[in-house]
Amino acid sequence: MILRIDNLVKHYGAVRAVDGLSLEIGEGEVLGLVGESGSGKSTVGKCVLRLTEPTAGTIELNGRDITHLSRRAMRPLRRDVHMVFQDPYSSLNPRFTIERIIGEPLLRHKVADRRETSRRVAEMLEKVGLRQEMRSRFPHELSGGQRQRVGLARALILEPKLVVADEPVSALDVSVQASVLNLITDLQRDMGFSCLFITHDLSVVEFLADRIAVMYLGKLVESGPTKEIFARPRHPYTQALLSAAPVADPVRQRQRRRIVLGGDVPSPVDPPAGCRFHTRCPLAYDECRTVEPALKDPRGNGHPAACHLVTADRVPDAAATR
Amino acid sequence: MSLLEITDLSVGFATEDGLVQAVRDISLTLDEGEILALCGESGCGKSVTAMSVPRLLPPDTTRLSGSVTLDGRELTTLPEAEMRRVRGKSVSVVFQEPMTSLNPSFTVGYQITEVLRRHESLSRQAAGRRAVELLELVGIPAPQRRMKEYPHQLSGGMRQRVMIAIAVACEPRVLIADEPTTALDVTIQAGVLDVFRDLRDRLGTAIILITHDLGVVADIADRAVVMYAGRAVEQAPVTELFAHPRHPYTLGLMKALPSAAVNGRLAEIPGMVPSPLSDPDECAFHDRCPRVQADCRLSRPPLVRQGEDHLAACFHPGGQS
Repeated sequence: MILRIDNLVKHYGAVRAVDGLSLEIGEGEVLGLVGESGSGKSTVGKCVLRLTEPTAGTIELNGRDITHLSRRAMRPLRRDVHMVFQDPYSSLNPRFTIERIIGEPLLRHKVADRRETSRRVAEMLEKVGLRQEMRSRFPHELSGGQRQRVGLARALILEPKLVVADEPVSALDVSVQASVLNLITDLQRDMGFSCLFITHDLSVVEFLADRIAVMYLGKLVESGPTKEIFARPRHPYTQALLSAAPVADPVRQRQRRRIVLGGDVPSPVDPPAGCRFHTRCPLAYDECRTVEPALKDPRGNGHPAACHLVTADRVPDAAATR
Repeated sequence: MSLLEITDLSVGFATEDGLVQAVRDISLTLDEGEILALCGESGCGKSVTAMSVPRLLPPDTTRLSGSVTLDGRELTTLPEAEMRRVRGKSVSVVFQEPMTSLNPSFTVGYQITEVLRRHESLSRQAAGRRAVELLELVGIPAPQRRMKEYPHQLSGGMRQRVMIAIAVACEPRVLIADEPTTALDVTIQAGVLDVFRDLRDRLGTAIILITHDLGVVADIADRAVVMYAGRAVEQAPVTELFAHPRHPYTLGLMKALPSAAVNGRLAEIPGMVPSPLSDPDECAFHDRCPRVQADCRLSRPPLVRQGEDHLAACFHPGGQS
């Protein structure tokens, strides 16, 4: 396992952003971590990179427990895990040239001298599909798609084992998004890194994730192989999420059964007792309001869900209630 | 005559670098009870086109030509005092970010009743009753209680519903919604789109929906206009548009969607949008187009009828039914 997260908890004061989450990412695997605003998905990414201190739980990177490593002890491990952000503009230093931005990790970790750095920057530019003359440009001179390519080049120049990508294509127009998604697919295949891909967009993870994990209010509600999740979603929340994302086909879209969830996402300061989804779940019954469902995989096919209604021979159908 | 008619509309903005031509020769119509989607990518001119109707563009730098009529009445030349009556009463707008368009220091109730008292001359009590009805109409639970709350006490989806309630308070003929669900989660988006559908069905409101999301277009719009580099490149009823896209750009957008992947790859649209500072006499899409031929570089293809109720600006259209 490249990444193993066990019972991760992160509270910001009273806000219970992540509240006991476990997941694993294998070598060369792309895991799509999906959830809506406030689900805690970005906090998971920040904990993995130790950009924020976990409240409890453990994070193992490549078999090594990094949860409580000091800054200094963490430093050499930073070569193995890199981050790609949503907004490449605010994550690229506006006063640095593209060459300096991409080459900076090499110099910081003292793994290459200036000449070697320059050579490897040229190589990365080529890999991410940017022309060599871009190296002397500044971030503001680049388009959104080009900036995201620079962000990828910087994240990958140290050939990390794990890339944490937080909504890397959400701010891009469809046509630009398509080329960046193709690029990520190619780079992942060629370089073989594992990836924690955090997004709200189901169609994006369907395109590039091997496995999907769905979060709701700081908890994992379901995970499994991408095809399985899309074909046979088990948790009512996953079912609602899939049914709410409109498909770009008016004939199909207008015939689809939609599960419209009532109400709003409850506050992570005071999450509901029992199942956290029960306030919006069309199938909720007494037990859901008091007993928190454990994540269980009744068929043992790597597709666990945290719902009282999921059993070995039965899967709830949130659409059937209306 | 349609409810709203936009004819040969061009809009430019004077900048230090010269005139930025955001919209070029757009013509479109909107009927009562119709939901028209204006779609395209950033900078295509979809928002500027729509905001020309209520004249919500900076007056000092905007260079506008063409005509916009509502019920046959010309809006582009209307004195500002009369235009103010049109805005909010006949034409109203819902913006993408409800937090920045609601006033944080007034209660929800105050902000709705203010509109009603100004435009409808209702008494305080009557305006209050109507405001509660409006909050109910847009699906806000416990509206009496919400009236006394401030914007920061509401979730994003609730705020957007309040914005819609304010926008429809005076039962406008035309509602302009600029990416109204883009900042919302999908499970909330579905509910907000239902509110629009419901308004159209109950009040016959005509809606211009500005969106980059083809899924939203497929879900709710009757007709769609696809814009590229300031021009309308295709226009058709939604089912027809998705079944038989004629313009290569429309087809490119549809194929670039992650859900349209073929063998693990997405179709890309190579190149970049041309600068809005230039206005070449050629097809603006020619250097990105897979079907480009010599004539595309010689003159600009006009937006012409290519099938029943289907317009496209292309010399070599595809998707013949």
